[in-house]
Amino acid sequence: MERNLMKGNEALAEAAIRAGCKCFFGYPITPQTEISAYMAKRMPKIGGVFLQAESEIGAINMVLGAASTGTRVMTSSSSPGISLKAEGISYIAGSDLPCVIINVQRGGPGLGGIQPSQADYWQATKALGHGDFHVIVFAPSTVQEMVDLVTKAFDLADIYRMPTMILADGLLGQMMEPVTFPDQQSINEYDKSWAADGHKNKRKHNIINSLILSPEDLEKSVQERFERYDKIAKEEAMAQCYLTDDADIVLVAYGATARVTQSAVDLAREKGIKAGLVRPQTLWPFPADHIRTASENASSLLCVEMSMGQMIDDVKLAINCSKPVHFYGRTGGVIPTPTEILTEIENISGGAKE
Amino acid sequence: MNKTMHKEILLAGFGGQGILFGGKVLSYFGLIDGKEVSWLPSYGPEMRGGTANCSVCISDKPIGSPLILTPSELIVMNSPSFDKFINAVQPGGNVFIDSTLIEQRCERDDINCYYIPATMLANQNNLVGLANIIMMGKFIKETKIAQPETVKKAIEMCVPPSRSHLIEANLKAIEIGMNYKED
Repeated sequence: MERNLMKGNEALAEAAIRAGCKCFFGYPITPQTEISAYMAKRMPKIGGVFLQAESEIGAINMVLGAASTGTRVMTSSSSPGISLKAEGISYIAGSDLPCVIINVQRGGPGLGGIQPSQADYWQATKALGHGDFHVIVFAPSTVQEMVDLVTKAFDLADIYRMPTMILADGLLGQMMEPVTFPDQQSINEYDKSWAADGHKNKRKHNIINSLILSPEDLEKSVQERFERYDKIAKEEAMAQCYLTDDADIVLVAYGATARVTQSAVDLAREKGIKAGLVRPQTLWPFPADHIRTASENASSLLCVEMSMGQMIDDVKLAINCSKPVHFYGRTGGVIPTPTEILTEIENISGGAKE
Repeated sequence: MNKTMHKEILLAGFGGQGILFGGKVLSYFGLIDGKEVSWLPSYGPEMRGGTANCSVCISDKPIGSPLILTPSELIVMNSPSFDKFINAVQPGGNVFIDSTLIEQRCERDDINCYYIPATMLANQNNLVGLANIIMMGKFIKETKIAQPETVKKAIEMCVPPSRSHLIEANLKAIEIGMNYKED
């Protein structure tokens, strides 16, 4: 397979097309605009649709419409734009429709800045809109993983009939790295008998709807959805462990921050400190089992994020607060350095240990 | 050449000097030679007319942070960037300075500095806009980061098809940089 040098945003867009994405609706915002630009160039050539909507709200409702027909559809934005899409995402979840949403995060709140951030963790994993619902959230940490996880995001969206999200950040979107695409990619087909794609009087109408006025019926539909969520929590959580087997201090970091943290773990090892890293690849479902197992013999944990501390809540829950969970974070678009994290590791572990 | 290679290269200058393009050419050296590579541009408002910089890592090992704060090599093409980054260079590092645009001299004695009047050389040789590539030529010469065939291939891959007539000029600029000797 040929190695290509591509920006994260462009690689992700190419991967989406190869995964069978036929419609893209978006509105430009830094630092994800290359996704839109790439789709604008490529979609017409493959017989797909690229449409720059009048706003993020317009774009997400176009996604709802296209998803209703069973078409693979995607939208992308960055933090403030994702907030605008919140209502539409809730409607899509309530209508049990599959789609993929990309958030290339930037600093917030408000218009914030345009540099990399991970301050939308709570939004993505806890409340991407109103009502009782979840979306599956993937957290790539390399350009290659942006590619690999997009295919998975489309597949799981179809399998569970729900929105999935790639939670990236400005660093991953803007950086170039070597990336390979499979020579031949078969697109998995899933049952779409629910789709409103024209019945030609040969079957009953399919109705796509999120309005259920009877409390009993609405409760039933939400409970049914949560049965699916239980299955997802059991089967779809993903994480990678690095040097955790003998680790005395286990670091937890995702996305771009995980790369920086891994360098810090290497520096700590050089100094004789037994550090390890758990890198969640899904944020919902959260890989609680991975973290519990990896930290069984550790005396403490250190959560590193580009925020004031959001994922740390889930880390504490994963181990039932049975051990101290420390935190180090930078926010507003500042990227932590390996040396800063190393200092934190040294402070916690009290220097080198044999 | 068998030693583990790990270079943290920072390129800095004005927007429009081809800083990001220069970084892209370097990244392709690594790509072609089967190394791990990362390229990260500054993408803030400074892109629109002010300073531009770009971090490139080329390594035998997987790359952690693609953001370089303390480069092992610095390629610098304007005064403000020289002042900003010269003290961040790792001891023993290499610095490549466009001496047409930068009057300062480096006062550190723990790094190797190369002064190349790249912008002047570009103007003299009818290669306006290719001072960045002349800098690249000197960089290749001193760091031996890539073989001539890799360099040629990288240039061919980086220049877009619509501008393929510029490939020759780019290769000439590399040569001028490689052959430049300081007085």
